[in-house]
Amino acid sequence: MIRHHLILRVITKMLIGPIMLFALYVQFHGDYSPGGGFQAGVIMAVAFIIYGVVFGLATVQQVFPPWLVHKLLALGVLIYAGTGVVSLFLGYGYLDYGAFTPDHPEHGQHWGILVVELGVGVTVTGVMVAIYYAFAARTPAISDEDW
Amino acid sequence: MATESVVHTAMTLHDHLPVLQILVPFIAAPLTVFIGSRALAWPISFASSVVSLVIAWLLLMQVIDGDVISYHIGGWAPPLGIEYRVDAANAFVVFLVAAISVVVLPFAKVSVAYEVPLRDHALFYSAYLLCFSGLMGVAITGDAFNVFVFLEISSLSTYVLIAAGAGKDKRALTAAYDYLIMGTIGATFFVIGIGFLYMGTGTLNMADLAQRIAAQGGNRTIEAGFAFILVGIGLKLAFYPLHLWLPNAYTYAPSAVSAFLAATATKVAVYVLLRFCFTVFGPAFGFEVLTLQYVVLPLAVVAMFASSFVAVFQSDFKRMLAYSSIAQIGYMLLGIAFLTETGVTAAIVHLFNHGITKAALFMAVGAYVLRAGDTFYNDIAGLGRKMPWTSAAVVIGGLSLIGVPGTAGFISKWVLVQAAFEKGWWPVALLIVASSLLAVIYVWRVVEVLYLQPAREDSTATEAPLTMLVPIWVAALACIWFGIDTDTTLGAARTAAAGLLNLPGQ
Amino acid sequence: MDWDFIVGHVNYWLFIVLMMTGLYIVVAKGNLVKKIVGLNIFQTAVFMLYISVGKIDGGTAPIFPTDMKIDPAVVYSNPLPHVLILTAIVVGIATTSLGLALIVRIREAYGTIEEDGIYQIEKDIAAEEYRLHNELKSRRS
Repeated sequence: MIRHHLILRVITKMLIGPIMLFALYVQFHGDYSPGGGFQAGVIMAVAFIIYGVVFGLATVQQVFPPWLVHKLLALGVLIYAGTGVVSLFLGYGYLDYGAFTPDHPEHGQHWGILVVELGVGVTVTGVMVAIYYAFAARTPAISDEDW
Repeated sequence: MATESVVHTAMTLHDHLPVLQILVPFIAAPLTVFIGSRALAWPISFASSVVSLVIAWLLLMQVIDGDVISYHIGGWAPPLGIEYRVDAANAFVVFLVAAISVVVLPFAKVSVAYEVPLRDHALFYSAYLLCFSGLMGVAITGDAFNVFVFLEISSLSTYVLIAAGAGKDKRALTAAYDYLIMGTIGATFFVIGIGFLYMGTGTLNMADLAQRIAAQGGNRTIEAGFAFILVGIGLKLAFYPLHLWLPNAYTYAPSAVSAFLAATATKVAVYVLLRFCFTVFGPAFGFEVLTLQYVVLPLAVVAMFASSFVAVFQSDFKRMLAYSSIAQIGYMLLGIAFLTETGVTAAIVHLFNHGITKAALFMAVGAYVLRAGDTFYNDIAGLGRKMPWTSAAVVIGGLSLIGVPGTAGFISKWVLVQAAFEKGWWPVALLIVASSLLAVIYVWRVVEVLYLQPAREDSTATEAPLTMLVPIWVAALACIWFGIDTDTTLGAARTAAAGLLNLPGQ
Repeated sequence: MDWDFIVGHVNYWLFIVLMMTGLYIVVAKGNLVKKIVGLNIFQTAVFMLYISVGKIDGGTAPIFPTDMKIDPAVVYSNPLPHVLILTAIVVGIATTSLGLALIVRIREAYGTIEEDGIYQIEKDIAAEEYRLHNELKSRRS
């Protein structure tokens, strides 16, 4: 089984690294250029999904086990909501990023949007991979001869 | 956005109540998934519901005199930013939702353990919390598009909750699927309506929308927007010809979910309709007056009769209650269609009273499911003697459903009849009474089955456990309490109606 | 209803066609997956409506220069509808995946995803329930 689709396997392995790197680029440049958590999350999820498609569900679930996916998608929402809670405890409105650097609100907004987008990115990655797992795990595996 | 020149005065926890109302269950939902513990899921849900109820009470006490609290999310001032706006009308609805959640959850612990597979419990409660916070969010927000977002949060989790009944009956899956299709079409219609309003006015804040619509009067764009919003919300609240998703959804969902949804989901949708009909468009908007009078009013009357009639011929207690819910929605729509202060008061009071009545009845259904396995009239025959406490609560709930004096249901129907007479529409008043007679028939059928028929020989049913009986009786006693002490509900509803119709507060 | 009116409202015509196509598929097709596809087309029509409304003649991307020296002569497109629709798209994804997940479960429970087949199975279950209960009733009386 290992010997099949050599080119596919090699290219995939070469691509996964750059895909993840690109996801991080889109993630952290989202505050002042097109991009952000939604897009970055999907791109990051693609890295895992393509690995799963080529190498099989069992292999990708060793790297990124389903329980971890569930924790991550909840963690992202907690990061987002938690940012708001922090600003709330600093005496500002919910999600008022000015709270983080009261003497220079614009800087606080930079920090705030970065953290919030990180939360979005983590959740979207988790959700996309979780959807893939949910559907892929339900179908019988395709046997080698059917390719 | 705070600029550098503005000195910031620190907000206290008290100022944050409107957002905490949503935030507490909303954070608890991912927390249950993150912790992933079946044992902790229920305690977290219950604790956050109790906190929500306390906050809802504090908010209601602040606005009961006609005040309005405005909270700016992220510090962005409306109309640009999202505003949470609490007045008597939505504080009342939020309080109802939180109270029902606190009553239903203790009941849910046993009921869900019986009806939902154990491995789904953490996710089940997380979906429940999302639904709960979504419903409160719909009520509390003052931004038209934000209503859609919260509506979808609650709807999506509702589909999951209904499908959770698949462990018991696989038809829960198709019920959830049907609701998903219909609910999504409804929500999308709602978004189209919001889009037309935005095109016509350039704003999404409800208070701002109201001003601009009043200033420019009605035009074709805004009329189209109103029509789309009416149909979209109509799908969500099971407005008579758009109700087809409801009977299956309520019948096959787990009993605790049916109890929670029947008491809250459609009620929140009714609130949204009230908010759009009165705050956003306003009774001066001629197109709305015509639509309500010539479309909504006749359909509401048809709903009262047709659904009650169908309910009479059901052979399943749970399904009968679902059809009766559609009929009761008709009474609320009737109150709205009167377009008078008394009519709106009747709609709001009925929203509350019917909520607690249906909560009591659906929880009793859950008790029968636990002890007799099902709620077909054959299965629950003669249980009046084997489960005396549960069945007594069913009788009280049934009386409130009919509107017998001394129960909560009587108060709302009384105000509704008053509103009809005030308007001079005495035929409508007669129709209200006549449709109540149909309710007598379908309630009597259940009482007859419970008390006068012999039990099945193989029936091993015993009284429901205390964790179920206490919530059932809290709701049943509330039916009686709010039928005798009407100051709280009627007073709050009057203030809410006055606020919605922009009348001076009382 | 002159030529200018028709051309000037081209985005609305497309919206109506797309929306009705989607709605028709939801109503007319018996396959549950096709219904979801129809629902997606229906929702996409609404996204297009919102996005086209945000476009302003000659408007450029609504990104201010970093030095915040805004030239009053430059026209910007309205970004608000786009942002709103980003939310609606995410909701659409959630709806689609939930719908598909339900279809997978329906297929496992019923063995079919054709509406007719499911309806037939549910009718059989209901008839069986009815028969059972009548039997019980007659035995008791």
